[in-house]
Amino acid sequence: MEPTYFNEMYQNGGVRSPYRHLENWTAEMPAELRSLKQAEAEALFRRIGITFAVYGEGGDPDRLIPFDMFPRVFTAAEWARLERGIKQRARALNAFLVDVYGRGEIVRAGRIPARLVYQNEAYEKAVAGFVPPRGVYSHIVGIDLVRTGPDEFFVLEDNCRTPSGVSYMLENREIMMRMFPALFRENRIQPVDRYPELLRRTLQSVAPAKCDREPVVVILTPGHFNSAYYEHSFLADLMGVELVEGQDLFVEGEFVYMRTTEGPKKVDVIYRRIDDAFLDPLCFRPDSALGVPGLMDVYRSGGVTICSAPGAGVADDKAIYTFVPEMIRFYLGETPILQNVPTWQCGKPEDLKHVLAHLGELVVKEVHGSGGYGMLVGPRSTQEQIARFAERILADPANYIAQPTLALSTVPTFVEEGIAPRHVDLRPYCLVGERVELVPGGLTRVALKEGSLVVNSSQGGGVKDTWVLAE
Amino acid sequence: MLSRTADNLYWITRYMERAETMARLLDVGGRMALLPSTGEGFHSEWESLLQASGTAEGFARKYGDPVQRNIESYFFFDLDNPSSIASCITRARENARIVRGALTTQVWDTLNGAFQEIRALERRPRSELDLSSLTDWTMRHSALLRGAIDGTQLRKDGWDFLKLGYYLERADNTARLIDVKYYVLLPGVEFVGSGLDNYQWTTLLRAMSAQRAFHWAYGGEISARKIAHFLILNIQSPRSLRSSVEGMTEHLDRLARGYQRSSAAQSKSRALLAELAELEVKDIFDEGLHEFLTRFIGEVAALATLIHDTYLSGDQA
Repeated sequence: MEPTYFNEMYQNGGVRSPYRHLENWTAEMPAELRSLKQAEAEALFRRIGITFAVYGEGGDPDRLIPFDMFPRVFTAAEWARLERGIKQRARALNAFLVDVYGRGEIVRAGRIPARLVYQNEAYEKAVAGFVPPRGVYSHIVGIDLVRTGPDEFFVLEDNCRTPSGVSYMLENREIMMRMFPALFRENRIQPVDRYPELLRRTLQSVAPAKCDREPVVVILTPGHFNSAYYEHSFLADLMGVELVEGQDLFVEGEFVYMRTTEGPKKVDVIYRRIDDAFLDPLCFRPDSALGVPGLMDVYRSGGVTICSAPGAGVADDKAIYTFVPEMIRFYLGETPILQNVPTWQCGKPEDLKHVLAHLGELVVKEVHGSGGYGMLVGPRSTQEQIARFAERILADPANYIAQPTLALSTVPTFVEEGIAPRHVDLRPYCLVGERVELVPGGLTRVALKEGSLVVNSSQGGGVKDTWVLAE
Repeated sequence: MLSRTADNLYWITRYMERAETMARLLDVGGRMALLPSTGEGFHSEWESLLQASGTAEGFARKYGDPVQRNIESYFFFDLDNPSSIASCITRARENARIVRGALTTQVWDTLNGAFQEIRALERRPRSELDLSSLTDWTMRHSALLRGAIDGTQLRKDGWDFLKLGYYLERADNTARLIDVKYYVLLPGVEFVGSGLDNYQWTTLLRAMSAQRAFHWAYGGEISARKIAHFLILNIQSPRSLRSSVEGMTEHLDRLARGYQRSSAAQSKSRALLAELAELEVKDIFDEGLHEFLTRFIGEVAALATLIHDTYLSGDQA
């Protein structure tokens, strides 16, 4: 039997309050106008050339992600609670990182197994013992959330490295405001356009102690062939900072410089959009052409700040994820506001037994997989597919985790036949520096295929503008 | 600004100016092909153009005999030819894509539009595209981009690098075009002053979109000396060597002022401008037009190297 899904607009035969102005909007919109507006939106996206792939999803770099014009709406009260939960999580994750690269108290206290931390591929021995400015490792934390009821939100995963997609949050809003100005007069929607300014301030606030002037921030991109290049150049533009490639930077003495038309210019903070392994060929991969030789030495001697800090990835691993509520209790002494999805570790014999017995009801994922590949959605699989997947799990149990199939909430969405509910998730972007900040909004991804629960753009997902209403 | 950004900006306009020169060369070729063959020297006027643009070898390898349609394809569409109009526009657009943030929407739209259109043109049967429509198309897009740059770009260092690319490429290209006429096109010395000689000079003027301007400025009979003066020394002629060098000097001066640091490139450009300002046509012909142009092309190349070392490589101390 299909579970009942929480529809964020219609409940008990009525319209929920945040969506009350949207009912007339769609009812009064003739079909021709709708397709006209949809075409206009697409033309705008093409013209500005916004193309990107969400972190780790891969795919064609020149692909447009479908934009759905029907917004997703939160009330101020709903958001206030989410905001507290997201900030709490971002603080705990950073406390965890400082701890595991320092004394490792949480491991000593027996709350997290040492093996999961120190044997983790993402654990960067090269930075052990080093504390970055203000004790922040992950400056932009993307927390992927799903909703199953009016007050039920679950965290699917944390992204502590370089979560992408924020340009969509900003562009979706721009395009909606341009196409439907009346909607913004009727609804009191909190703006998101402060994000680039907040990001710049966050990055400047973690400049190294050696920096004695207005800190110079740059964004480090792998280059214009990268699928997220648009986002990199978009953010650099809005923040008013340089977008550099590895070749534009060099190390001289105890600092990093960029090559400019006026000679070398010292750089204080690097917001990198490349992986740890490509930062510095002297420290990590000698075959990397992307990095800056000697960068890590400067970093460890406090000459430059790298955001996110090398090694931050150990906090967003799927195996570590299970322990985030524990981190919140351990470091902050608080009760977790946002719930984790209950997770079974196939590496544990008793969990494995449970998973194998209930494969038909569970979602099974690889620990390091992403993008919706290499996973089993039990309720939507045949007996044969389930049997085959069971063999894969048995071959390497520690590589798999299992979670119940969540009844993801739906939001009305424009489809071929008119308007229909489609499943959504949410990725807000929390900024951590001198202060912890969150703009009221995020990236809502929507599974455009009927019944589909997979929102990844590589598997037929689209995006929506996400509104947070003012009090 | 980042040296790499300056480099990208500078190459956007160098490639666009080069595309325009290729279109002008094609135009020259098309008109000369209408002349009865002289039966001497190169066996077709097209081949002399291939020689002139330094692409004869690559063409012969790919197509063999210089048939007009093949030449058009090679000069216009062929991505194997690094100087083809399609190659130049593709590279200009690629450079622009990398530095989108440094360009206005209008500049990007213009370049991106040209790139999309050339891809659409490629898909049309060649028989539907005549030579003059292709060269007109190129000139139009070149003009649109120049207008977008002058009309919308902020007058900061980025604008100077865009303008430098134009002037540097133009100085080089104009010198080469004159040299081609003098050194390559005319089958033999005995043709100097002949009807053919004058016809070729006129064609060259047309290719420079300067025929009317020439008559306004000089009137009367066309002569090699008048044309040399017009294309080399005349400050009113927008494509003359002196105008191009004056443009470079202006933007190198602006950069030096903005950065509060004079540069070797600036001194070099000023010296070259001073020389052109004092020169008379007689001096040029005494030195030998070809010798003068060869030397000038060398000076421009040296200037390009200085610009690269000072601003674009980021290696200066």
